[in-house]
Amino acid sequence: MTNHDATDAAPPSSTDGEWPLWEVFITPGDGRPHEHAGSLHAVDAEHALENARDVYARRNEGIGIWVVPSSAITASTPEDVGSFFDPANDKVYRHPQFYKSPRGVKVF
Amino acid sequence: MSAECTAYLLRLGDDRLVLGHRLSEWCGHGPILEEDIALANIALDLVGQATLLLKLAGEEEGQGRDEDALAYFREAIDYRNALLVELPKGDFGVTIVRQFLFSVFAYLQMNALQKSTHAALAGIAAKAVKESKYHVRHSGEWIIKLGDGTPESHDRTQRALDDLWRYTGELFLADEVDVAVAREGTGINPASLEAPWRAEVEPVLRRATLTVPTSGYMQRGGRAGRHTEHLGHLLAEMQIVARSYPGATW
Repeated sequence: MTNHDATDAAPPSSTDGEWPLWEVFITPGDGRPHEHAGSLHAVDAEHALENARDVYARRNEGIGIWVVPSSAITASTPEDVGSFFDPANDKVYRHPQFYKSPRGVKVF
Repeated sequence: MSAECTAYLLRLGDDRLVLGHRLSEWCGHGPILEEDIALANIALDLVGQATLLLKLAGEEEGQGRDEDALAYFREAIDYRNALLVELPKGDFGVTIVRQFLFSVFAYLQMNALQKSTHAALAGIAAKAVKESKYHVRHSGEWIIKLGDGTPESHDRTQRALDDLWRYTGELFLADEVDVAVAREGTGINPASLEAPWRAEVEPVLRRATLTVPTSGYMQRGGRAGRHTEHLGHLLAEMQIVARSYPGATW
């Protein structure tokens, strides 16, 4: 075994002989969005869909599944946190809680 | 209802109980985690169907035997499953080929049984047909991947198909029980499923670049209690806890 750190970890499509990695998104229905459920290995999209059904949707979790090759996802990195998200901290005007809700409107 | 109906329900239940147990032998030994879970799911579907069918068989029989009594306290000679489902799980190719051959049969069978005049059986069939449809899809995809995969996976899958083919004829053999339940409308004559089964199975095998074996001599005997040596070993493992600790619960 060689030690790997985050920078030289195998790419999601895997070069170590394992099957490619896929990300699974499931919607519980009612028009709610597909949410990330986890990831799995599969040889192709149909296989990934079946595995997703068996691994992530066997307890009534949903009525719809998306599978996406992990390699197709571009993610922000921990180094991005400062420049991406900190500027939102002092922009209170972006949160609309100053407004009074009209009577009769249900407030969540 | 009739004694034939009881016998028929036992056949339906035993096919699924024995195959479910065979599949459960993969639990913790699957080729990858995802497939381990998939096989366990299919096993649980089959054991669940068996539970319902054997419960109903016990009620029809009227001797006070419930599904556990029928599963755990019958000898091999009293089991009525087809020989195909009791054969050892073999390698992954054998397991997948057997699953595909049986699942297509089970799907057609349950699809037809939704129209059974026996309301409880029709209800079980309506649940089981959805499960079987997925079993066909899952095992069918695997057959294509294995058959049309590497030379080794192709050879192993073809060998499994050649070995198992002679056990498929029994699925469609009709005896007096089948004729009786078909006449009273509770069951179906399995002979009527053979042509649709071939129409489903053969295109998938060809897509998998596999050679459909020529139908020669077919093994039989399971429906009459004449089993291979393998069933006794399977039952010994499946039944030992229930027999060692009768009535135990947890």
